[in-house]
Amino acid sequence: MKILVFVEQRDGKVKKASLEALSVGRALCDATSGALAAVVLGQGISAISEAAGKYGAETVYLGDDPLFANYSTDAYGLGTGKAAQVFGADAILFAATAMGKDLAPRVAARLEIGLLSDVTGYAVENGAVTYKRPVYSGKAYVSAVPVAGKPYAVTLRPNVFAATESPKTPQVVKLENAAVASDVKAVVENLLVSKEGLLDVAEADIIVSGGRGMKGPENYKILEELAKPLGGAVGASRAAVDAGWIGHEHQVGQTGKVVSPTLYIACGISGAIQHLAGMSTSKVIVAINKDPEAPIFKVATYGIVGDLFEVVPKMTEAVKALKAQG
Amino acid sequence: MNILACIKHVPDTETRVKVASGGNALDLGEANWVVNPYDEFAVEAALQLKEKQGGGTVTVLSVGNDEAVKSLRQALAMGADKAVLCNDPCFEGSDAKGIAKILAEAIKKAPFDIIFFGKHAVGDDNQQVGSLVASLLNIPVVTVVTAIDYGEAGVVRCHREVEGGVEVVKAPMPCAITCQKGLNEPRYPSLKGIMAAKKKEVTVFKAADLGIDPAQVGKAGAAFAVKGYELPPPRPEGRVLGGEIDAQVKELVHLLHDEAKVI
Repeated sequence: MKILVFVEQRDGKVKKASLEALSVGRALCDATSGALAAVVLGQGISAISEAAGKYGAETVYLGDDPLFANYSTDAYGLGTGKAAQVFGADAILFAATAMGKDLAPRVAARLEIGLLSDVTGYAVENGAVTYKRPVYSGKAYVSAVPVAGKPYAVTLRPNVFAATESPKTPQVVKLENAAVASDVKAVVENLLVSKEGLLDVAEADIIVSGGRGMKGPENYKILEELAKPLGGAVGASRAAVDAGWIGHEHQVGQTGKVVSPTLYIACGISGAIQHLAGMSTSKVIVAINKDPEAPIFKVATYGIVGDLFEVVPKMTEAVKALKAQG
Repeated sequence: MNILACIKHVPDTETRVKVASGGNALDLGEANWVVNPYDEFAVEAALQLKEKQGGGTVTVLSVGNDEAVKSLRQALAMGADKAVLCNDPCFEGSDAKGIAKILAEAIKKAPFDIIFFGKHAVGDDNQQVGSLVASLLNIPVVTVVTAIDYGEAGVVRCHREVEGGVEVVKAPMPCAITCQKGLNEPRYPSLKGIMAAKKKEVTVFKAADLGIDPAQVGKAGAAFAVKGYELPPPRPEGRVLGGEIDAQVKELVHLLHDEAKVI
């Protein structure tokens, strides 16, 4: 099987989720005696070839071009599509990041191939791959097999697969003239970075999340104070977002972000089914809630029945003390 | 201006999902079916653009069975002018690629300036159809949009959500936009709107009307075959701590550090 992995970089830094995708690609190739290639697009990014090689790519298609300096669906779609055609890819893997989710359908449409979104598992049997992915935000999982003999694409959910080194010295193939300026119709004019130092819930290893029990927007500060020493992000339930207490980009659940951090601390969140769908694959879940009957305790690894306004600040102090010990 | 919004009839987010016997399908018998929540943002965006223009036509489109008419009526009650339902037994079981093909053929039947989609449909969670339709129509697409500025003629300037920030993307019309929560607050249909919706026309297209080969859509045209469905494994039994709050907090931090090793 010939597998091409789209390796995402911003400002010359490779996304961890892309290394995870390379590792999945490597494992699939090893199981099917295949060949692994990476496609890297950007400007002044030749160093990324090495990183791709470190995680198992034997070939790197490098599009080093001012047109790729900033992400655009159009130019990156053409660049990735061209790499897939030159390589003769049987499968194209993307990390299901904001960029990957935007790019993958454009590439799939260009190549007229199918796309499986947000894959969280795979198995290889007699050279045939079965993929597993959540539906209904993880209320159920579906196993799907690509129709034999047809190339396809998949996006892989970040934070699910391990990034494993498998060093190769890749052959670098330059992608020339994959796109011209007139191809780029939708142009990224600017990138506005959100509040400094605040992590996005989709990328955080630790999430401190608040729901209806937060009582008002002013109280989210106490969650930020706990998230900070933990190096985590602040999340929220739909009730809190719909009440206007915090921006929707923080929302976790079926109409928000689906997350699987190593630690999810749910404060004043009752655990509605649509919220649980968005976070129940977290490795460890802590529930802090006044109501001992709250459904959130059913999925919690550890629970404290108590007033979050008492528990959370005390926890912040205890975490700070722990971190101070080193 | 011809403004389109594509919507899907889906089980609401309170739905408890079961696996049907045999394991090859989901049992959604108890579900309450609604307009996909993200598609409500699309319909609202379409209506707001029409109001801003002081004229134009808002057409809502869907691929689905007879039941999907309910969602189209809901959009008509919100204020959409016309509805199109692509309904044919051969469409059943289509994947995102098939749905996009059907929608693109239906859209090609009339001139359009802008197409709004929800950023994804809850349930299948594919997040593909808006982008795929745009590609088939050879128009630009901006996905996961949280703000739109129509200040410059013939152009949309959108905010789209990326990790840790917002990209400002400029695209010429005609174009497609997929809508994210935060873009707007979908209106509730008024009583007058609900009454008016009953009289509005819903055009139905079958595969033959769209020149679609049944082999390209439905299960026959899907790129992946479903092997089976399963529910996630239940989480192992957790532990509710006891004692004074101070002692509980101390124990919790100790457990997270030494037992779970996550902090």
